[in-house]
Amino acid sequence: MSTILTAVLALLLLAAAFGLLLGYAAVRFRVEGDPIVEQIDAILPQTQCGQCGYPGCKPYAEAISNGDAINKCPPGGQATIDALADLLDLEPIPLDSEHGEEKPKTVAYIREDECIGCTKCIQACPVDAILGAAKQMHTVIISECTGCDLCVEPCPVDCIDMIPLPVTPNNWRWPAPVSDPSLILTDRGRGHLMQESA
Amino acid sequence: MMVKVYNFHGGIHPPDNKKHSTRSPIRPAPLPDRLILPLQQHIGHPATPLVAVGDCVLKGQKIAEPAGRISAAVHAPTSGRISYIGPHPIPHASGLEADTIVLDSDGKDEWITHQPISDYRQMKKSELIDFIREAGIAGLGGAGFPTDVKLHLGDDHIVNTLIINAAECEPYITADDMLLRERADQVLSGIEILAHLLQPSHILIGIEDNKAHAIRSLSDALQQTQLKTKLNIDLVVVPTKYPSGGEKQLIKLLTNVEVPSGKIPADVGIVCQNVGTAAAIHRAVHLGEPLISRIVTVTGEAVGHPQNLEVLIGTPFETLLQASEVDHNRLFRLVMGGPMMGISVENDQIPVIKTTNCIIAATYDEMPPAPPAQPCIRCGMCEQVCPAELLPQQLYWFAKGREFDKARHHNLFDCIECGACAYVCPSSIPLVQHYRFAKSEIRNEEAEQKKADHARIRFEARQARLERELAEKEQKRKERAEAAAKQQLLRQRAEDAKPAAEQSNEAELKQLKTAAAIARTKLKKARDALKNAEDKGQEGIEKMQETVKDLELKAEQAHNAWISAGGEDPAAKASPSIQQETESL
Repeated sequence: MSTILTAVLALLLLAAAFGLLLGYAAVRFRVEGDPIVEQIDAILPQTQCGQCGYPGCKPYAEAISNGDAINKCPPGGQATIDALADLLDLEPIPLDSEHGEEKPKTVAYIREDECIGCTKCIQACPVDAILGAAKQMHTVIISECTGCDLCVEPCPVDCIDMIPLPVTPNNWRWPAPVSDPSLILTDRGRGHLMQESA
Repeated sequence: MMVKVYNFHGGIHPPDNKKHSTRSPIRPAPLPDRLILPLQQHIGHPATPLVAVGDCVLKGQKIAEPAGRISAAVHAPTSGRISYIGPHPIPHASGLEADTIVLDSDGKDEWITHQPISDYRQMKKSELIDFIREAGIAGLGGAGFPTDVKLHLGDDHIVNTLIINAAECEPYITADDMLLRERADQVLSGIEILAHLLQPSHILIGIEDNKAHAIRSLSDALQQTQLKTKLNIDLVVVPTKYPSGGEKQLIKLLTNVEVPSGKIPADVGIVCQNVGTAAAIHRAVHLGEPLISRIVTVTGEAVGHPQNLEVLIGTPFETLLQASEVDHNRLFRLVMGGPMMGISVENDQIPVIKTTNCIIAATYDEMPPAPPAQPCIRCGMCEQVCPAELLPQQLYWFAKGREFDKARHHNLFDCIECGACAYVCPSSIPLVQHYRFAKSEIRNEEAEQKKADHARIRFEARQARLERELAEKEQKRKERAEAAAKQQLLRQRAEDAKPAAEQSNEAELKQLKTAAAIARTKLKKARDALKNAEDKGQEGIEKMQETVKDLELKAEQAHNAWISAGGEDPAAKASPSIQQETESL
């Protein structure tokens, strides 16, 4: 009888000890917020363009963590979808064209002669990349522009263009080496000869 | 005492092809009509121009100023007029254009006043380094890293070994070889200045054993100047093996120290400088000449007279090729740099910059187009020759499969792009191209990530600001509403506090006042009408007079009622006036 009692007591004691430990750990090492949202947000391109249908990248990150599709971000393109699929352990899917196409990176450019200084684009810019004041000419700080084109639509005189970033020696990228399809040397030029004879 | 020579992993022995260009001494290159000076000739920031189009400049005058810490000044290599500032093709793998200053030579080659330093030992070290920065000196060996940045390493690192790189391991190039043969004294003088700045306990000059002339000339100079014992200099002859001139490889050869991945040599107490850089420092400090020229090897089978030329920075390749009797019919490929690490260029109008050590005009037989790449057979030869001890084959798979994270974890960024792996590859795979591609994709991704993080911070800051503004507005609105409510309450209270009787009295008084005023107005109107009638002699005047009298009575009654009720009397004069008027009537 006493053996059973000892065993039960010992187990109870252990349970109490571990319960306390777990309870303490739950308070001490509590994680604030939802870390997965932060991780998703870090992958999104932060253009804040709203093409996904949410007002910014963070809300979309929250939506993804609640189970929304990962293919609604055209500025991020396939690379972002792949990274998200990798993070969330999902199958990579192609970009949902309903939300837009993947386009080369652009920046906004204000044709300054035509700007009337209405400040509408300044209010639309999600990253404060447009400089100007009422009835003064506005201009875009290129290094801050994310190319979200949210400023284009509100402009009453249509003086904002989205132009692709120029390639300079500093941002030029080495091209991928092309693998030659005609691996067998005798293949080389054969198509050419056949075309000629035809 | 002989210094022990160690070994580094891998390496190859390509045919060196150096003999052709060492037959004749260094000659000055012809002065071109037009010099093209790129504002950025190295990693870091481009310099800021100090001149405008149309300005006349003298040889050695500073025309662009360094902008930022890693940046080098640009000086006019000859006297003349600035004819253009803007984009022009530069020596870059992309073949793109970048900002340049174009100088039209006036042919006089007139120097600005030389300002050498009489005794640099009297100067503060930081001032001496600034002087070297002002002279626009950048590493003449490879990447062209601004020299002043390396000289500041003594500030926060303990430098115990200074290594002078004279290995010049790449085939064809003989610029350093010829420099040592002819100007070993200048190199040593430059080393003395470097030693003064860095205070190393040991100086090692590493040179490959295929340069017998240069070794002799250098050891003679060392004996003459007696610097050998004074500065503890050792001339170390290393076996010829490509790429022994790589910074980390030479350090391994001379000291057996491996520079850890992602670290710089200064982290292990070593600083490397090229012999050309040492000579340039000598010329800047002792002669007051900024870096406006360098030695360039012009070679290849398509040139009739391969040689080394003392070339002004900014000289177009075409001028040098002509001076070396190039045969354009045989010229198949123009290479800037060596055959292993250099880049092919299409345009012969691009200029020599501070890092241009060699121009190869190759014939078809000399550098034929690369054969088509065949599948990797996993022979592992690339691993055996890799001087950075990487796994080239693995990196190739990762780069090809765009698995850049894995490539990075396999230390892709330790690759020095020496080309040894591609040289030995039996399948002719352009391995270095794959690594360059992967590196630039990773760098691009990093830049984009950085930009995204920046955008996020700005977006969040904006959101916070908008919220704050909204909260402030709301707060103000609330405050206003509260103030209004308070006032309302106060008024209510004041009204409530008055006794009810007084209130009714007040109302009565008001009523009486109004009545008096109305009566007065009526009276006035009636009088006017009467007067009008009298003037025009109309009928019914009597009746009117009666009405007026009646009204007068009423008005007086109303007035009196008001006064007696306690109304203060602004019309105290009004009632006598009524009387008077009545009398006058």
